Amino acid sequence: MEAWFALLVGIFFTVAVYLMLSKFIIRVLLGVAVLGNAVNLLIFTGGRLTRDVPPVITAGADALGGPAANALPQALILTAIVISFSFFAFLLVLAWRAYEDLSTDNTDEMRVAEPVKEPMPPLGY
Amino acid sequence: MKSVIFRTVAPFLTSLMMLFSIFVLLRGHNEPGGGFIGGLIAVSALAIYGIAHGVETVRRAIYFHPMAIAGAGLFAATVAGLISIIARVPFMTGLWIYPSLFGVEIPLSTVMLFDTGVYLVVVGAISSVALSLEERGGE
Amino acid sequence: MAVPTSSSVDLSAALVLGPATVADWLVILPVAWCFAVGALLVMLRRALNLHPIIAIAGLAGLVLIDGLLLGHVATAGPVTMVMGRWLPPFGIAFTVDLTGALFALVAAIVALAGGIFSLADINDSGRRYGFYPFLMLLMAGVSGAFLTGDVFNLYVWFEVLLISSFGLLVLGSEPEQIDGTVKYGFLNLVATTLFLVATGYLYAVFGTLNMADIARKAQGLRGSAPLMTLTALYVLAFGMKAAAFPVNFWLPASYHTPRVVVSALFAGLLTKVGIYALIRVMVMLFPVEREELSFVMALAGALTMIVGVIGALAQTDFRRILGYLVVSGIGSMLAGIAIGGPGGIGGAIFYALHSMLVMTGLYFAAGIAARLGGGSSIATLSGLYRKNVGFAALTLMLCFAVSGLPPFSGFWPKVMLVKAALDIGAWWLAAVLLLAGFCTLIATGRLFLLAYWRDEAGPVVDAVRLPSTLLAPLAALSLLTLGIGLYPEPLLATIQSAAAGLAEPSAYLNSVFPAGGLQ
Repeated sequence: MEAWFALLVGIFFTVAVYLMLSKFIIRVLLGVAVLGNAVNLLIFTGGRLTRDVPPVITAGADALGGPAANALPQALILTAIVISFSFFAFLLVLAWRAYEDLSTDNTDEMRVAEPVKEPMPPLGY
Repeated sequence: MKSVIFRTVAPFLTSLMMLFSIFVLLRGHNEPGGGFIGGLIAVSALAIYGIAHGVETVRRAIYFHPMAIAGAGLFAATVAGLISIIARVPFMTGLWIYPSLFGVEIPLSTVMLFDTGVYLVVVGAISSVALSLEERGGE
Repeated sequence: MAVPTSSSVDLSAALVLGPATVADWLVILPVAWCFAVGALLVMLRRALNLHPIIAIAGLAGLVLIDGLLLGHVATAGPVTMVMGRWLPPFGIAFTVDLTGALFALVAAIVALAGGIFSLADINDSGRRYGFYPFLMLLMAGVSGAFLTGDVFNLYVWFEVLLISSFGLLVLGSEPEQIDGTVKYGFLNLVATTLFLVATGYLYAVFGTLNMADIARKAQGLRGSAPLMTLTALYVLAFGMKAAAFPVNFWLPASYHTPRVVVSALFAGLLTKVGIYALIRVMVMLFPVEREELSFVMALAGALTMIVGVIGALAQTDFRRILGYLVVSGIGSMLAGIAIGGPGGIGGAIFYALHSMLVMTGLYFAAGIAARLGGGSSIATLSGLYRKNVGFAALTLMLCFAVSGLPPFSGFWPKVMLVKAALDIGAWWLAAVLLLAGFCTLIATGRLFLLAYWRDEAGPVVDAVRLPSTLLAPLAALSLLTLGIGLYPEPLLATIQSAAAGLAEPSAYLNSVFPAGGLQ
């Protein structure tokens, strides 16, 4: 089971890296979104997979009866999902603003902060 | 939104959803629910009201600026953690009191205060985004 | 439902049952305080003229709390507090040792200086946009990162400070800032995601996220678990956050675009959080793996230093020169971590603290220079010395300090690092350290010569008085570096015991697991 999930995680990472290598922000953004999901799946797999056994202590008992699903990776993933979702939203707005203000979504043409032709420094004093 | 049916129903729907969001918030300690999901329901209620009657009406109705509500929520959550300094237990330890009101025992806790803080943060932050998006859409 | 008071279950295995003293609270207070003040500022969004007063009072309080915390840790050793009474490794632990407390205190001092500088630098629209709440949130993230004892929690604090840094970066929303933020945002998000990937693997291998627990278990897992992979991933993630070569390009692309006070705070705080995390993970959690990766890190450090100074020499913009100098300084710290031992780690910590003060001060100087001279290109800036002699003197002090000349704070860490490098026979690393210092001196000398000493092209202007809110933070930071340079013993002794505490973390472990804990 874990092996198949590992393969799936690998596919996710491949897609994410491929998209992030693009020059265009919107593809990079999609890559970031896929990357976030890849990591979540990785954590989930890392917490080991157990089927059909929720970690709920039955009424009257003090401890779990037997092996159960690990709840911690799910808590970690929940945190990571909220964070990556909010970052995705921020970056989406940022990309939109960049497209509006710089009228390009090609990172090669984003040279406002680092102009191509800079004045020569004064050579003498 | 011009639909008469929607405009008539919206206030009732909004108040019902608000009530439900508080119910979800309060049942959250022992059953599915809690501040986060309750806050999202409340934001949906505000969004529906905004679609029906315009964003200005919603802003007037909630009186405070959404971000101020979020700030109050963050403050409440922090205070909920800090109360345990008085009881000499570590940060964020749940503390309970059981006052009786008209013969009914009401369990109050710092956990609930924290969850209320989360509720307010979610309501404030997301309704701030939703309202500004609705304003833009209406242009 | 309450915790059952009369129960057959032995709660002492899962919960802290003893009372928490007020001194223990100092561990969590910096973070809670920042959140409380930040939340207060968000609530008072209409009273914009109160914002700076509350924020500066809040930051002064933070300095006080961090100072008390450092004093407490220096006398009582590492302190731990767990959230909600849950015993580690189940509960999230905040554990502070000398390293964390030192970083937190210096970060608070830098933030206080930034808060005062912002009085004149941030106008009403910046306040309305929420500069001060973002600043407090940033400090919550930075303090949390320095004080936490849990790896996933560290990731959360990284994200807290990242989201507030986004907010601060786009303050003003000029095209230049949007451009810089795009590069900063995407690359930093990739870096924190790598951090999360590494943490996912860490959890899969160790089954715990508590740093003390990991340090304890690493010994037994060595050889059977892919710890090298983990460590390499952490080096990449934190190296990217710290702007180490070859993943440094986001820093020079973005640090010159925001408001001056924002660049100053970023230069002082953000990259150093990356360095702190690298020190924590490499030295305390994976010392054996650090040893094996040391050559790679030394090489990366040397290249970072060289690339940084070459960039600084090539630039003509005051703030962009400084951006490259930040990168160059990171190289020195990386070299220190690579060298290891008390000299290397102590040197890296000392260099990081020095760099926090000095780089923030230099960005302040760039801001004042732009205000006096109407721009930040050294092709057009001139005659600053005539305009304000005191300001020029303070800048010169910082220029010397960043180049590592005595009697300023940059000298001692450089001595420690060069000596440590020679002690292990890495003469080439020592040579690069000295060469980088020399080139930094040329870069800052060129800056000073052109922008400050060169006579103005136009008619000579009289001396200009500067508002004290601009000059005071700069003067405070400059005098602090001078003070550390002249009288380094107390700080040096603290840093040495901090480095020793990282290399031999038994006190840290005892603080988290007082009774030996669960094995």
